Amino acid sequence: MDLSWMAWTWPTALFFIAIFTMIAGMGVWEYAVPGGSPRVGVLRFETTRGDRLFISLLGAAFIHLAWLGFTDMELWWATVISVVYAVAVFRFV
Amino acid sequence: MDKTWNNKAWFMVLPVLVLVAFSAVIPLMTVVNYSVQDTFGNNEFFWAGTEWFKETLTSDRFHQALWRNLMFSAIILAIEIPLGIAIALTMPKKGIGVPVCLVLMALPLLIPWNVVGTIWQVFGRVDIGLLGRSVTALGIDYNYTQDPIDAWVTVILMDVWHWTSLVVLLCYAGLVSIPDAYYQAARIDGASKWSVFRHIQLPKMQRVLLIAVLLRFMDSFMIYTEPFVVTGGGPGNSTTFLSIDLVKMAVGQFDLGPAAAMSIIYFLIILLLSWVFYTVMTQAGEERR
Repeated sequence: MDLSWMAWTWPTALFFIAIFTMIAGMGVWEYAVPGGSPRVGVLRFETTRGDRLFISLLGAAFIHLAWLGFTDMELWWATVISVVYAVAVFRFV
Repeated sequence: MDKTWNNKAWFMVLPVLVLVAFSAVIPLMTVVNYSVQDTFGNNEFFWAGTEWFKETLTSDRFHQALWRNLMFSAIILAIEIPLGIAIALTMPKKGIGVPVCLVLMALPLLIPWNVVGTIWQVFGRVDIGLLGRSVTALGIDYNYTQDPIDAWVTVILMDVWHWTSLVVLLCYAGLVSIPDAYYQAARIDGASKWSVFRHIQLPKMQRVLLIAVLLRFMDSFMIYTEPFVVTGGGPGNSTTFLSIDLVKMAVGQFDLGPAAAMSIIYFLIILLLSWVFYTVMTQAGEERR
């Protein structure tokens, strides 16, 4: 199957592999511990694991955009901040 | 009693997953691929990294289009939601008036977007349009092809004319689902019309209002055809919204890389605002319950 029209590159392939791995991981987690672990965190409303992943990914996207828009530093720093942010979301949200 | 978990049900979701993959996920993946590359045609691409994102995020053109789009969405939500509620409240609840009103309300929604644009393009013209000629006859200096404010007023009026009906129909559906017992209790308590609205009708319409706000926000934030047909994004760039700018970039200039980067930023903004709207409105409903 010719997929050249999608103009794949290794960085974008790795990016999507990472996203799909996260989603598959959430599926496995849900299988192991069903119910989504709902809880009320610092945002003062109920979130499940899926909500927390969504908040983490969306936040990570905006952290990277803000980094690109406001600084000239290496983008890896934004990735590091995003990982810290995701850990905080899964711990406190 | 423990719930029985039957994960076989997930197989029933597979057809939808395949459909969404082909209609949304795979095209979005292609856009992500384009956003980090440059092309001069012939399906040949060159790695550009995050250059297009940086260029878009720091460009005045993008900032201005985004600002115009946010303003437009805020204005039409501020008009269409209260107007839709007000019209729904005045619509009859029984009798021959119900189908008549419903058909009249549904009519603007049945007209294709480009036709709506054409109708308003002619309607607003100062030489042959009913609106343009009437307003000019009243002594008001109106010309949507030359004056940015007139162009904005025309585009907003057109959107209100086209889409308020959707809000009306959704609110009406919410209103007719309120059991009579609520109104009887309010009458016994001697509640005023405002109290009935504030404590019965508005809370009961909350779910449909959430859908109305989300639909109208997303639609208005993605608006393209109607303003493009009426004003072409002008005069100048005064009605160039994000989608019009995006099409100019992707199709007019064939700048696939910058257009893809802009699409992703645009998509993320819509996703964030929709999530915020959804969360705030569903939480408000939970607290009220």
